[in-house]
Amino acid sequence: MAALQSQSKIVRWIDHRLPIFTFMQHELHEYPTPKNLTYWWNYGSLAALMLMIMIATGIFLAMEYTPNVNLAFDSVERIMRDVNYGWLIRYIHMNGASFFFIVTYIHIFRGLYYGSYKEPRELLWILGVVILLCMMATAFMGYVLPWGQMSFWGATVITNLFSAIPLVGNEVVTWLWGGFSVDNPTLNRFYALHYLLPFVILGVVGLHIMALHTHGSNNPLGIDRKGPQDSIPFHPYYTIKDMFGVGVFLTIFAIFVFWFPNLLGDPANYIRANPLQTPPEIVPEWYFLPFYAMLRSVPDILFIKAKLAGVLAMFGSIFMLFILPWLDTSPVRSARFRPIYKWVFWLLVIDVLVLGYVGAHRPEGLYVVMGRIATLYYFFHFLILFPLLGIFERPLPLPTSISAAVTKGKP
Amino acid sequence: MRAFAIALFSVVALAVPAFAQEEAMPPLDHEKWSFDGPFGTFDRGALQRGFEVYSEVCSNCHSLKLMSYRDLGGPGGLGYSDDEVKAIAAQKEVTDGPNDQGEMFQRPARPSDHFVPPFPNDQANRAAHNGALPPDLSLIVKAREGGSDYIYGILTGYKPPPPGLKMPDTMQYNMHFPGHQIAMPPPLSDDVVSFADGTKATTAQEAHDVVTFLTWASEPRMEERKKTGVKVVFFLLVMTGVLYAAKRKIWADVH
Ligand code: HEC
Ligand code: HEM
Repeated sequence: MAALQSQSKIVRWIDHRLPIFTFMQHELHEYPTPKNLTYWWNYGSLAALMLMIMIATGIFLAMEYTPNVNLAFDSVERIMRDVNYGWLIRYIHMNGASFFFIVTYIHIFRGLYYGSYKEPRELLWILGVVILLCMMATAFMGYVLPWGQMSFWGATVITNLFSAIPLVGNEVVTWLWGGFSVDNPTLNRFYALHYLLPFVILGVVGLHIMALHTHGSNNPLGIDRKGPQDSIPFHPYYTIKDMFGVGVFLTIFAIFVFWFPNLLGDPANYIRANPLQTPPEIVPEWYFLPFYAMLRSVPDILFIKAKLAGVLAMFGSIFMLFILPWLDTSPVRSARFRPIYKWVFWLLVIDVLVLGYVGAHRPEGLYVVMGRIATLYYFFHFLILFPLLGIFERPLPLPTSISAAVTKGKP
Repeated sequence: MRAFAIALFSVVALAVPAFAQEEAMPPLDHEKWSFDGPFGTFDRGALQRGFEVYSEVCSNCHSLKLMSYRDLGGPGGLGYSDDEVKAIAAQKEVTDGPNDQGEMFQRPARPSDHFVPPFPNDQANRAAHNGALPPDLSLIVKAREGGSDYIYGILTGYKPPPPGLKMPDTMQYNMHFPGHQIAMPPPLSDDVVSFADGTKATTAQEAHDVVTFLTWASEPRMEERKKTGVKVVFFLLVMTGVLYAAKRKIWADVH
């Protein structure tokens, strides 16, 4: 690291002892970034922003929230009604979870399209999947906290899944609950974990960025930077582009928070939890619907009971992402140069949307058939298509360098 | 990638509502509400009339536990003065205590008290209604698919049952209630209340006003929310415009 050139004596004094300014100079200013990144590359910084917003609003909620089955619902309503700007903090937190997932899902599909998971970014990708898992756990437990009907019954359904584990299933569930049903001990531990996990995410995000900065961003062409003519410094080019993205994103987010704060939620969660009354339909938040569909789609397979098979499918779907770097055998990263994958990618997008749609409906009639086909396709896509495409697809010729492709116009 | 993304999302946007029409319920009429739209506010006249309907009719069976009497006054309230709020509260009795003799005692409610429920507990409420529980109405508008339109639909949706349908005496036919059989007797009819401001008390008017009141009760901060939203979004749009200009300028020399 080159010593820092700064006008300020104080900055130099600090930097000599604690080189944070050198570090920032290195990671932001000098950090070379491909010059051809599109707006699909904005979603990473947006996800980081969402994490900050969730932590900030969460801490303020925690000051007023009471994790007790008799008080939780009322304490949330007190936040909504009596705490100054409590409604704002809570609506930001509630819709923030949804927007965090929107941003993250787009971020993931961006990676899938441009092959960002391939050598040398496998660990970067895997850390991303770890973040996704932690986010899911966090959001699931957060949704239990307001102790509405969906909080309670969602928690009951999902924790019950662990009873599918052979032999020790029921013991595991009792252990998770801290009792014989979802009750006060469950709420308390979920609260403790809901507070903890975002900080775990924060740590993993740090590693994610460390891995990113080791080889730098991938780009729409999926080819490596060959020299300085291919890159520009992150700051100011991408700082300003990211900030503009933040502006657009926050505007859309604000429209939801201020005018449609409950659109993405389930009305039943404004009914106090009642362990004696099962709601007509138990549906998770929208961002879990594709997984919920897989869970409910799988029938008995040989000696594996449907329940266990469903759980395996659900966790398996995430596991596919973990091993994707080794399932995809094509040496070419970007779908732009993969004439077949370019289309097949969209089949996966459609497949996941279909799963989400199925997940929102009772598993009856046509929905069962759709759910099974879509689940099957999901695994077919990862386990069969990805390996085979790499072998049979003839990629288009790659441009010689980023700057060559950029100055020539779009390939 | 972009063109395909747009095409895909338009197909999804068109296909999903087409699929979703499946339940055998008559569609809800869309009432015109004063609180609709990005700048909507509550009509204070409708709120006060709605409160009259609630107090004289619904409150015989339904609690409104999350509201306090003080919410009726002050900014964002129904427009009652502090003295009016005190008088409204004082009509109810609450149990307080223990006093310095160690005894519980009755006293008139104060503005800081929560709305006094009609029954001491849910069991008593059920017992008085053939086993059916009239739900607390504090959040009812947010707790039902269809919101205000749905509650209005329930209050105006009573019909003679279709011929051949056998129902217990304790049940009423209501076209908007899931399953169509509701344990609540039709609460509203013409002139069931007489409004202090002289408005003619038709069933539709009563329903409209009490739903306005209940929508307010479900989210007393709604006006503040929309008002803040206008300022925030205006700020964000300006900020985004400036950032866009800056982005164009900084990127001008990149080829
Ligand atoms: C005689 C007692 C009584 C009165 C008066 C009464 N209700 Fe009800 N209400 C009930 C009962 C009982 C139920 C439960 C119905 C059921 O579950 O079948 C109910 C249910 C409801 C529901 C819930 C419907 C649903 O979707 O679950 C709403 C909304 C409602 N009442 C609104 C009102 C309003 C507004 C008024 C005043 C205009 C009112 N009620 C007056 C007894 C009453
Ligand atoms: C990864 C980041 C986070 C996610 C995805 C997340 C998600 C959620 C969700 C979905 C809810 C339920 C909202 C509702 O329907 O009411 C919730 C509630 C809550 N969260 Fe978080 N959260 C995050 C971070 C935090 C943090 C860091 C804290 C505390 C420091 C926190 C504290 C709370 C509290 C107190 C509630 C209950 C109040 C309420 O329900 O509104 N959250 N969270």
